[in-house]
Amino acid sequence: MIKKILIILFFSLNANAALEVTIAQGKVEPTPIAITQIFGADSDTARYGNTLRQIISNNLTNSGLFYTVNEDLYIQSDNLVEKVPRFEDWKLIKAQFLLSADVSKNDKGIRLRMRLYDVFNAKEIEKLQLTIPDENLIRRVGHTVSDIVYERITGETGYFDTRIVYVSEIGPLDQRVKRLAIMDQDGHIDSHQFLTDGKNMVLTPRFAPNKQLITYMEYKNNLPRVYIYNLKTGEREIVGDFPGMTFAPRFSPDSQSVVMSFSDPNNAANSEIYLMDLNTRSRFRLTNDSGIDTSPSFSPDGDKIVFNSDRGGSPQLFIMDKNGDNIKRISKGRGVYGNPVWSPRGDLIAFTKLTQGNFHIGVMDINGNNERVIVRDFALESPAWSPNGRYLIFHRQKRSNLDGTGGEVTIHFIDITGYNERVIPTPRDGSDPAWSPLL
Amino acid sequence: MLIVAGFFLASCAATKTEQGGDVDAASASASSSSGGEITAGTQEDLIVNVGDRVFFEFDSSELTVDAQATLDAQAAWLMQYPDTNITVEGHADERGTREYNLALGDKRAFSVYSYLAQAGIDTNRMEYVSWGKERPDVIGSDETAYSQNRRGVTLVSN
Repeated sequence: MIKKILIILFFSLNANAALEVTIAQGKVEPTPIAITQIFGADSDTARYGNTLRQIISNNLTNSGLFYTVNEDLYIQSDNLVEKVPRFEDWKLIKAQFLLSADVSKNDKGIRLRMRLYDVFNAKEIEKLQLTIPDENLIRRVGHTVSDIVYERITGETGYFDTRIVYVSEIGPLDQRVKRLAIMDQDGHIDSHQFLTDGKNMVLTPRFAPNKQLITYMEYKNNLPRVYIYNLKTGEREIVGDFPGMTFAPRFSPDSQSVVMSFSDPNNAANSEIYLMDLNTRSRFRLTNDSGIDTSPSFSPDGDKIVFNSDRGGSPQLFIMDKNGDNIKRISKGRGVYGNPVWSPRGDLIAFTKLTQGNFHIGVMDINGNNERVIVRDFALESPAWSPNGRYLIFHRQKRSNLDGTGGEVTIHFIDITGYNERVIPTPRDGSDPAWSPLL
Repeated sequence: MLIVAGFFLASCAATKTEQGGDVDAASASASSSSGGEITAGTQEDLIVNVGDRVFFEFDSSELTVDAQATLDAQAAWLMQYPDTNITVEGHADERGTREYNLALGDKRAFSVYSYLAQAGIDTNRMEYVSWGKERPDVIGSDETAYSQNRRGVTLVSN
């Protein structure tokens, strides 16, 4: 809905090529950006302005690619939406880019005007004006403006106007209550919402690439099965409604099918990978081996599937064609691999690996070459890609003790270079995070 | 006597965590602490006089010799109480991914289920379910806990 609003109301959106960026292998030097006060003439609009400035500043800083120059240093304090900035003043405090905006009320809602300047080249590089029909959309507008700034300066697709679905956890570790929950990518408490009531255990939610659907596993009546949760209606629908456990679901790139594991009682409860067509409800078996086959994840072009199998003795990563042909092992290192997830850019597989008593989250090329560990700890799991393929979220669990203490589990964000890790706050413990596509 | 006491301790620990069992921790510990009679054919009877669970090696769903002996006793017990239905739960330790452990838990549960079926228990009396690593019996991040958590548990469901 908001996308439509924005498209209609932009009166100008420069679409030039990206400016100079400093993204390289390894550590990225964050680009300094100054963000003026977002001006509002009355108390409401001033409040909206403060909220927007905070969202934009936090988003850009959290990306690791920017930092907001401290406001106390700003020499010029004017609203620079209609006025040309004194670029020398901003150069002096080493701001490379400058964002200014104001908020006012009109009869259609809240009007936001924004200007983005390249300080060193002393020119305006982006401007927009939009009307926000409803105060409740302020946060999303803040994310959208953040995306525009991020895209304009880095040349990469943004990821701020997105959501994270995850499993909220509370209670003793042997009687954990697990609920589906959803929030903005920044974890802001105002955006946080529970989707299920905790009566049934839920695990491993994943977004549909282009629909407002989540597929996940739920123990309804103690029967573990794959379900789909419709974010628009709140309805839940079973996907694998036949005897035997279904689990480890993920959507195909066109959101028309779900690939998942099915543990068939007529096959000695050995987990095989199946494709479930959501329109016809027919299922296709893709693997056939006496080992466990699970954790399937489609390539973004829909041609291949990476999955986890212990067919060779220990759990490793394999790739196959979408019809199950041409199975090839790709993991080459020592250790026990799991959780493979294909990057949205198509070039990398994220995974977990257990070796020498620790879990590792890493990435490898799709042929298994160039394996790189990004983070290592006692318990790490569930890597999920940002929609632009630059970041991963995952969960990290502490050791637990016989007296029931410990075991805290939290959701983390990290650049795939291994830098800029931070916690995404959740009101309770959080696990199994998954990222939505750009909204 | 010591052995009996040990079984009672195990029963207290076990009954509080399992899903779907009809024996709760309070009644189990009440009868054990008071030394009261155990009703034949109940979960408590199974725990104390037979053994409700078998343990697995790391990343394995094969039944050990000990496990088979326990299941032989369970089968005999189930023959003795033909109106008793059961659910077999398969569990894993925490040192694996959630999804792999769900698969492993299901293979473990099925190992127990099919062993009992081969021993003559009607499959209409049995269900099985995997809990992966989601319901540890012993909390802790060490091998002592893990070895207790890699288990198949037989629960009386009626």
